[in-house]
Amino acid sequence: MSSIFGVPTQALFGQLLIGLINGSFYALLSLGLSVIFGLLNIINFAHGALYMMGAFVAYFLLQWAGLGYWWALLLSPIVVGFLGVVLERTMLKRLYHLDHLYGLLLTFGLALIIQGLFRNQFGSSGLPYAMPVQLAGGRSLGFMFLPNYRAWVIVFSLATCLATWYVIERTKLGSYLRAATENPALVQAFGINVPRMITLTYGFGVALAALAGVLAAPIYQVNPLMGADLIIVVFAVVVIGGLGSIMGSILTGFALGIVEGLTKVFYPEASNTVIFVIMALVLLVKPTGLFGREK
Amino acid sequence: MLMRIAILLAALLALGPAMARAQISDGVIKIGVLNDQSGLYADLAGQGSVVAARMAVEDYGADKKGMKVEVVFADHQNKADVGSAIARQWYDVDKVDLIVDVPNSGVALAVSQITRDKGKAFIVSSAATSDLTGKACSPNTIHWTYDTWALANGTANALVKQGADSWFFITADYAFGHALERDVEAVVLKNGGKVLGKVRHPLNTQDFSSFLLQAQASKAKVIGLANAGGDTTNAIKQGAEFGIVKGGQNFAGLLVFLTDVHALGLQTAQGLVFTETFYWDLNDRTRAFAKRFAERNRGIHPTMIHAGVYAGVTHYLKAVEALKSDDGTKVIAKMKEIPTDDPLFGKGTIRVDGRKIHPAYLVEVKKPSESKAPWDYYKIRATIPADQAFRPLDQGECPLVKK
Amino acid sequence: MPAAQEAAPAVETPVVTSRHQLVAFAVMVVFFVVAPFFIYPLFLMKALCFALFACAFNLLIGYVGLLSFGHAAFLGSAGYISAHTAKVWGWPPELAILAGTVVAGALGVLIGALAIRSRGIYFANITLALAQMIYFFCLQAPFTHGEDGIQAVPRGMLFGLLDLRHTMTMYFVVLVVFLAGFLLIYRIIHSPFGQVLKAIREHEPRAVSLGYTAEQYKLLAFVLSATLSGLAGGTKAIVFQLASLTDVHWTMSGEVVLMTLLGGLGTVFGPVAGAFIVVSLENYLSQLGAWVTVVQGVIFVLCVLTFRRGVVGELARLLKRPF
Repeated sequence: MSSIFGVPTQALFGQLLIGLINGSFYALLSLGLSVIFGLLNIINFAHGALYMMGAFVAYFLLQWAGLGYWWALLLSPIVVGFLGVVLERTMLKRLYHLDHLYGLLLTFGLALIIQGLFRNQFGSSGLPYAMPVQLAGGRSLGFMFLPNYRAWVIVFSLATCLATWYVIERTKLGSYLRAATENPALVQAFGINVPRMITLTYGFGVALAALAGVLAAPIYQVNPLMGADLIIVVFAVVVIGGLGSIMGSILTGFALGIVEGLTKVFYPEASNTVIFVIMALVLLVKPTGLFGREK
Repeated sequence: MLMRIAILLAALLALGPAMARAQISDGVIKIGVLNDQSGLYADLAGQGSVVAARMAVEDYGADKKGMKVEVVFADHQNKADVGSAIARQWYDVDKVDLIVDVPNSGVALAVSQITRDKGKAFIVSSAATSDLTGKACSPNTIHWTYDTWALANGTANALVKQGADSWFFITADYAFGHALERDVEAVVLKNGGKVLGKVRHPLNTQDFSSFLLQAQASKAKVIGLANAGGDTTNAIKQGAEFGIVKGGQNFAGLLVFLTDVHALGLQTAQGLVFTETFYWDLNDRTRAFAKRFAERNRGIHPTMIHAGVYAGVTHYLKAVEALKSDDGTKVIAKMKEIPTDDPLFGKGTIRVDGRKIHPAYLVEVKKPSESKAPWDYYKIRATIPADQAFRPLDQGECPLVKK
Repeated sequence: MPAAQEAAPAVETPVVTSRHQLVAFAVMVVFFVVAPFFIYPLFLMKALCFALFACAFNLLIGYVGLLSFGHAAFLGSAGYISAHTAKVWGWPPELAILAGTVVAGALGVLIGALAIRSRGIYFANITLALAQMIYFFCLQAPFTHGEDGIQAVPRGMLFGLLDLRHTMTMYFVVLVVFLAGFLLIYRIIHSPFGQVLKAIREHEPRAVSLGYTAEQYKLLAFVLSATLSGLAGGTKAIVFQLASLTDVHWTMSGEVVLMTLLGGLGTVFGPVAGAFIVVSLENYLSQLGAWVTVVQGVIFVLCVLTFRRGVVGELARLLKRPF
């Protein structure tokens, strides 16, 4: 059996693929965070909690309404996105005239509330969510056995990320959004309803988080703390990619998943830390991130 | 100036250990059930242990004997700092005399130390580390139910003798996981087996894919899961996703409870072999207990943890009644003097190192077709007699054991 | 930075100590001297350690205007160092706490040097991520024993004279440590150094044009804040005879923000009040499990939306005096 640096190639490719799967989640989540920061200048600390809610809504849909996975993929982002809209209208709006750090603190408080409420109700050991039948099973790739569902995760997130990037960077709607980020007053003067766009953008970013949650439900156990430690990693991804850069977040998300996978092979103890080390290095050289723009 | 006054006061107080010592007994025997109420181990212990403790108090007839007994409970969230803060407050302020249960070996070790410092009593039912009757043994602590050595001895012995001679460990990265891995590895090596690799994971891991991949790559015949609760069920479920069993490897659940099997379902869990020291369907007495317990615990049948709490509290009350005092150190000593006898574990003894001795059972999870009723999950494969089930007294390095 | 200005009292902080601040200080000291005879001393010691932590944190956000979301790194790592030196190396408590404090200060230099070039959200993010690195280091390093933490840390004999196993003795030592830290912070704020910090916070380019190297001042303030946080952490480890992952986790960083925000950013006594309230809440609500988190979240949200001055800040505004 061949090996690279003393590690069997089989194991290497297997871990890389797992890394890519994890990277899909990082990319999808950091996409939402990036979209929100790009337009609202708010670091949405509640992103992890909203991801968790996405998974829970999928669970509820199955338990109470008998609606399966495919319905959840559609409905859960809408439901949680709507909640996001409500949060923005009632609370976040009031903070736009203040220092952006208050937005961070508010969303941090919201995250505590949401996670606490769910933890109270459901404990923290997790609820089962059945794998959709169409995606069960897997195939042997030679170097590893790849479950079909995990392959689906990669494909679906890639598609969603690219679609979002396309909408924001290449369509007219996207150009309005980007213009509104740079100069809201001027864009508003052109007759575009900027506050509504901001609200919808927040809702969209939140919906992306919920979508990631539904994606996670069949494999990761639906549990109230599933977003809590993930959010810090996603922050790091967004900072490395560059706050406000869509493509930066997507690329960094996938890349980081792969780097983490590699680290698990060669130096597993550092696999949790490697992303922060990279972040520190990037910030030393380019404080606004790899693809970021100074705000 | 104000600082100087403060320093003066501090010096004055240091001169005399003047503060009155907290009263030990106050007419009430207070029992505190300390465990994980909402997290990883909430089902195998949790509220069920509180029910078990209360049942023990009622069945003992404390009222009729004129003993006032109260049961309180708290959630330690699997954190050593939370657990030790609660233990301290219970002992110092709330006048708790006995703490029972405490899953999570790290917390149990902390509580054991505090109990010793304050001369109270501690009966561990849930925590597994054999260090509690080994290096960390204490005259104030009794380890009931089971420990990592007993599990290793039962499960690993049986499996290796069946031909499972190459192992790969997936271990929870804390006191319990390390202890279990260490004890199982010793048995595997003693029986001529090999350990092909080990990997440690943080407590409460969601995604085992990378660890499972490593286990697959090792080609070990058995993947030993040195973890418990949600971590074990997660690993087994994701193992099914990755085709571990189809690929010819087997999982050895080194610590599995009735509630884990219930969560996994017989379809996934069938064939799992592991060691327990209690099963509700063993005999008429255990069945009667299980029926009453399930009624008070939302239908959930008792795990060996719940049984351990019930039996431990019963024996404690016996000792308190005989001694007519609830001084922790003395009661624990008395508990070691009196032989035990309860409907759940039968007759047994408690050794000088605090280890409770009773038989252990090698169980196998039934196939779905073999199960006739809800919670009818186990086949008893073998009974390990009490004198062989636990680590011999002289191998534990417990300072209380005279050489 | 608007955050601190928003919370600043209506009247500017005078350089000379005003009489009402002396009165407030006296009240605080008397309370803490008398309280252990009525309230469980271990609970009070926890409040005092966190009060010191919050005061140190407030130095950075209230007076320099930098929100660090990674201060747990200093509290927790000092705790581990103190616990390890006291238990494994057998150092007396005063040296153990000193060791923890020094290490926290060194960490402060490292993290500060990396983070200080950025401002606002970027600064918060960097401190958060660097603190996470420290967390994972603490999780992996063998001497911390990961999930189990360092347990059974001996209290020891302070200066070879005072037996810290006696609760009341320990308490008054903690009180002295707290008061020392508190007074040190007070002196820093009301010194020329503090005035420069204020100038930097209000208009950095102007301060720079006047010849002050803003980065050096900010870094020094950061290191002081880190060091005093370390003092709180080291003391806490000796009091509770335990060092655990909880103290380096990012939720602890969030808690100190909560305490300071609730008490009043940029006020002298605010962090003390905030720490006391939050610790009391945790104590009383602990029976209710996860409700503590929910209540903390609600307080956060309310404070940010409607109560930005915090308890002491509002009090100061009412009385038209700085506190």
